[in-house]
Amino acid sequence: MTASEPESGRGRPRLGVFKLASCDGCQLTLLDCEDELLALAGAVEIVHFPEVSSRLAAEGPFDLVLLEGSVSTEEQRELVHAVRARTPRLVAIGACATAGGIQALRNFADHEEYVRAVYARPEYVSTLAAATPASEHVRVDFELRGCPIDRGQLLELLVATLLGRKPQVPDESVCMECKRRGQVCVMVARGEPCLGPVTHAGCGAICPAYARGCYGCFGPKESPNPSALSARLSRDGASDDEIARRFRVFTGWAGPFREESLRRGR
Amino acid sequence: MDADERTYRVDLMTRVEGEGRFLLRVRDGVVERAELSIFEAPRFFEALLRGRSIDEVPDIVARICGICPVAYQMSAVRALEAALGVQPTPEIRRLRRLLYCGEWIESHALHVFLLHAPDFLGYESAVEMAADHRPVVEMGLRMKRAGNALIELLGGRAIHPISVRVGGFSRAPARSALAAHRDALARGLEDALAAVAWAAGLEAPDFEQDYVFVALDADVYPLEEGRGIRISDGTTLPEADFETRFGEVQVPHSNALQCRMLDGRAYLTGPIARLALHAERLHPRAREAWEGTGMSLPVRNPYLSMVVRCVELVHAFAEALDLLDGYRGAEPSAVPWEAADAVGYGATEAPRGLLWHRYAVRADGTVAEAKIVPPTSQNQARIEEDLASIGPELAAMEHGAATRRCEQLVRAYDPCISCATHFLELDLGRE
Repeated sequence: MTASEPESGRGRPRLGVFKLASCDGCQLTLLDCEDELLALAGAVEIVHFPEVSSRLAAEGPFDLVLLEGSVSTEEQRELVHAVRARTPRLVAIGACATAGGIQALRNFADHEEYVRAVYARPEYVSTLAAATPASEHVRVDFELRGCPIDRGQLLELLVATLLGRKPQVPDESVCMECKRRGQVCVMVARGEPCLGPVTHAGCGAICPAYARGCYGCFGPKESPNPSALSARLSRDGASDDEIARRFRVFTGWAGPFREESLRRGR
Repeated sequence: MDADERTYRVDLMTRVEGEGRFLLRVRDGVVERAELSIFEAPRFFEALLRGRSIDEVPDIVARICGICPVAYQMSAVRALEAALGVQPTPEIRRLRRLLYCGEWIESHALHVFLLHAPDFLGYESAVEMAADHRPVVEMGLRMKRAGNALIELLGGRAIHPISVRVGGFSRAPARSALAAHRDALARGLEDALAAVAWAAGLEAPDFEQDYVFVALDADVYPLEEGRGIRISDGTTLPEADFETRFGEVQVPHSNALQCRMLDGRAYLTGPIARLALHAERLHPRAREAWEGTGMSLPVRNPYLSMVVRCVELVHAFAEALDLLDGYRGAEPSAVPWEAADAVGYGATEAPRGLLWHRYAVRADGTVAEAKIVPPTSQNQARIEEDLASIGPELAAMEHGAATRRCEQLVRAYDPCISCATHFLELDLGRE
């Protein structure tokens, strides 16, 4: 690497946004900060953000890189290592970058079968057998959870970075947000299966607010107890396959969810 | 004698959703190659839907695209409800149309003001453009925020809404909650009207093509449901017969499956096609705005898609206001359904064009098979034909400007590569 020293403390922080396998929704969250976008663009220097600007400088150097998407090809594996070397602060944003995302479902299945199901000529497809989070490949300085990430948490991360402090992103469960919102528990009151007790907060408990159970898109909270939740779901009549399926959606490859789904299903 | 060979290429398209590149090669005035390739990694959606529960489908397909998740949810519930014989109530259907208006607003405002406008005004990004045109960018952001706020209210959040279910919504909003959005939508309508005049006043390159237009067939301006698929040659076919007229072909130069008409022709779907086939169904406010531009139908210049998107912004705001004013609640917010062994088809109009789904489901409540044809895979062949058409005239331009002209043309389609990608193969390594 010939990249120069990061320019922290000199001029505006240099921001890079990179994407791997993803739907673009997490980087779009930045553009969805309609009220803050122009001020934000003045506070940082957008060095590389292909969805926003044709002025590109992938080589950096950066003070902060937001990385969206999971590592699912050899090129992406190389890119994530290269990007790591260009920034002192690498933040993985969203369920794909932090847990593999929905495409990590193939990690549980026969990869060859997946490729055949979609492509007429599978011999040309050279994806890795697994879709994995950035942290399985490089050191990640911070992870913003969610499918998609929450706008408020993203702004908190950016402001904290600008101020040089730690982002205040609680790692408690969705249940805590749900209770603070004053909502009736959908599982207790209606027997609705809900991953709230084991899922990382950040969404504002929107699923219970919209009369359905949480489906875990922010991934496991700190020290979750998925087995206890499984036992409860089982008591309410869910089959092992159904329980496994519930843990295995957008963050199914995240350790505690993966282990629980493998305990219950195939 | 040396041949005059000019190559225009961009290896990482910017200001589009997802990762793609284009290459145009002209030799002695003859176009040798005109290719849009997509190197974004595939995510195998059709494969991972197999065996999932029917009621998870709207949640899962949303993740195909962060910019138009509602479109995926709407096509999915249309197809699944067709399979299962579910008839949502008129109130649910109106709420769905309102939700979809929110997505059109959010997506069109994003594309017009943040992604495409910098091409017309000579900037690398909307952020740079804002230094000289701040009121315009702020107007775009204001509309985008109004669209997102509508999706947040109905769907719980702007990206990957959580309330859309087979049969309806997990929860419908209270009238008062919807009414609180009226002012922002009314302001949005005024902004959209100003946007039409602004976009029509921008200088667009002179370039016309003869298109086959394809859009949903409907009694109203097509959006969340239709009664078939309409082609500008005069035919209309049921959604279930899509594959009798259209099919995906694998082309050697691209990593993409391209959807073409079975006779091999490329076709156009999206705002220009919708306007060509349904101009008389525009909301009166939008129709008036369109007529005010003095442009004629059908639009054959792809660079003018920005004007048409602004007209559709007027339509979406005006119609959202009407739907909001007529809302009397939607209880029950969903109708019950039962799983069955069945096949269903559904198409809706995503911001970028026709989005067609097919599902085979089982009586045990799971998905046996899914097939999804997104708008960008349909427009891809048309983009390449447009590139080939402008090739010869680029010779008169400076190389950098000619390359930018190509980019501006591809961007006019608002390509959503993330959408298309779940079909697409990886780069085969050519070039």
